[in-house]
Amino acid sequence: MARYPKPPEGSWTEHFGLDTAPVSYADSVSPEYYERERQAIFRRAWLNVGRVEQLPRKGSYFTKELAVVNTSVVVVRGMDGEIRAFHNVCRHRGNKLVWNEAPEEETQGFCRQFTCKYHAWRYGLDGSLTFIQQEGEFFDVDKDQFGLVAVHCEIWAGFIFVNVAREPEQSLRDFLGPMITALECYPFDQMTSRFGYRTEVKANWKLFMDAFAEFYHAPVLHSKQSPDKYSAAAREAGYEAPHYQVDGPHRLVSTSGVRFWEMDPSSLKPMENLTRGGLFGPWDKPDLGELPAGVNPGKCNPWGLDSFQLFPNFVILIWGQGWYLTYHYWPTSYNTHIFEGNVYFTPATNVRERIAQEMSAVTFKEFALQDANTLEATQLMLESGYVERFPLNDQEVLLRHLHKVVADWVNEPAGVPA
Amino acid sequence: MSPLLPPEFADLEPYAGQWCLATEAERFERRMASDMDEMGAFYAAFSPRLEEAIEFCDKYPLDELPDDVAHPLQLIHSLVMVSMAVEVFHQPKIVDAADAVLLRVREPRP
Repeated sequence: MARYPKPPEGSWTEHFGLDTAPVSYADSVSPEYYERERQAIFRRAWLNVGRVEQLPRKGSYFTKELAVVNTSVVVVRGMDGEIRAFHNVCRHRGNKLVWNEAPEEETQGFCRQFTCKYHAWRYGLDGSLTFIQQEGEFFDVDKDQFGLVAVHCEIWAGFIFVNVAREPEQSLRDFLGPMITALECYPFDQMTSRFGYRTEVKANWKLFMDAFAEFYHAPVLHSKQSPDKYSAAAREAGYEAPHYQVDGPHRLVSTSGVRFWEMDPSSLKPMENLTRGGLFGPWDKPDLGELPAGVNPGKCNPWGLDSFQLFPNFVILIWGQGWYLTYHYWPTSYNTHIFEGNVYFTPATNVRERIAQEMSAVTFKEFALQDANTLEATQLMLESGYVERFPLNDQEVLLRHLHKVVADWVNEPAGVPA
Repeated sequence: MSPLLPPEFADLEPYAGQWCLATEAERFERRMASDMDEMGAFYAAFSPRLEEAIEFCDKYPLDELPDDVAHPLQLIHSLVMVSMAVEVFHQPKIVDAADAVLLRVREPRP
């Protein structure tokens, strides 16, 4: 007997018009398929590269390495306050323009102009070429024709997106669609206390998307994270999500909440009781006022979290306890990717709040390390090729959706699939 | 060497040299390099004093903690780190994480 009602079709999978047959992971083990994803998805979709708080003032900049589309971009707040993105390449001889110690490493900082390390060509923050060393030696170079090459850059809710297509097929807002844009008024801008994590994972990028798109694994893989009493009850209960939703290429799972502070202390870790924090976040939540209708759209009560997966490789996970996480999965080959996780809280006003946040951030990492470990093992065995069909249950509906959307884009290289 | 901790926490001074660490990266590394006896002793000595330590630190604004208050806060951060090994896994490493790595590359200070 299902704990939560299923849609009229009898399952979420059928409700979204998805196939219920076992799936193939051929899309995650093939260098050729990965090349098609690079062209058909990553060169066409809007990609989130950061937040406006990373560019606090005029002249603030950061670089982002986008191996998946074979470029590096520099994102900068100009003297007019506008945020722009450029291919990070000098127009003179192609040197990488902005980098610090090592050219392949991302950097950030503040400047009045960009100066190439090679021959000191200079560019304004709006990309215009302002100075050529020994200009008289050149042959009628029109500086207006040799500014930095712009990358399409749009901002939604403080999230900075770029699109490397010559002309994006959709505006960012159209691409995000109503389910995502309904989050617009969430107070992301108040949550400026950031814990950033990064690692390289030896697995296809979609496998880690999959890992965080279902919670069926949680009572099993993470059972040793909790006292036995809690783990045993969790495993017995299994996992069901109260709400799933898809909108275009994007998808959502919401989970129900757990009121840890009302639980028997023997079901909790002693440090959770002492710090009043844990996996679900600080127990004492900040006053955020009324949240936009896009948050918890399934009206789950108690509500735990919303995990919004934005196509192709970006997740915004909003916790009922008043904080949020982002995940980015940046492919570097068919079987490797860079994972970035960021944990955002409202700034702690005292040590007590800071400790609850620390407990939450540390616990996040303990869980994520278990999640990351299974991926390399999965990738290895998928690549063995001996098994080709894998059954997915209804709690894994969002995995089917991701792989289907990927296939739709790859198979329709012209025009965004309806 | 002058003590790292204020007189109120003089009894924890033996742990301060090991565990007053400013970043998560250092704390995680120290956890991985420590044995369970060391971490168990630190946990047993400090966790009953945690509430007292929080109250002590909270007499000062978070963004202007004097050095001798920053050290108790670092010790609290280490206690959180060590608790994962002591309360949860009973070993320094995360169970079922094999050689997975996740680096904290940015964090609020303190």
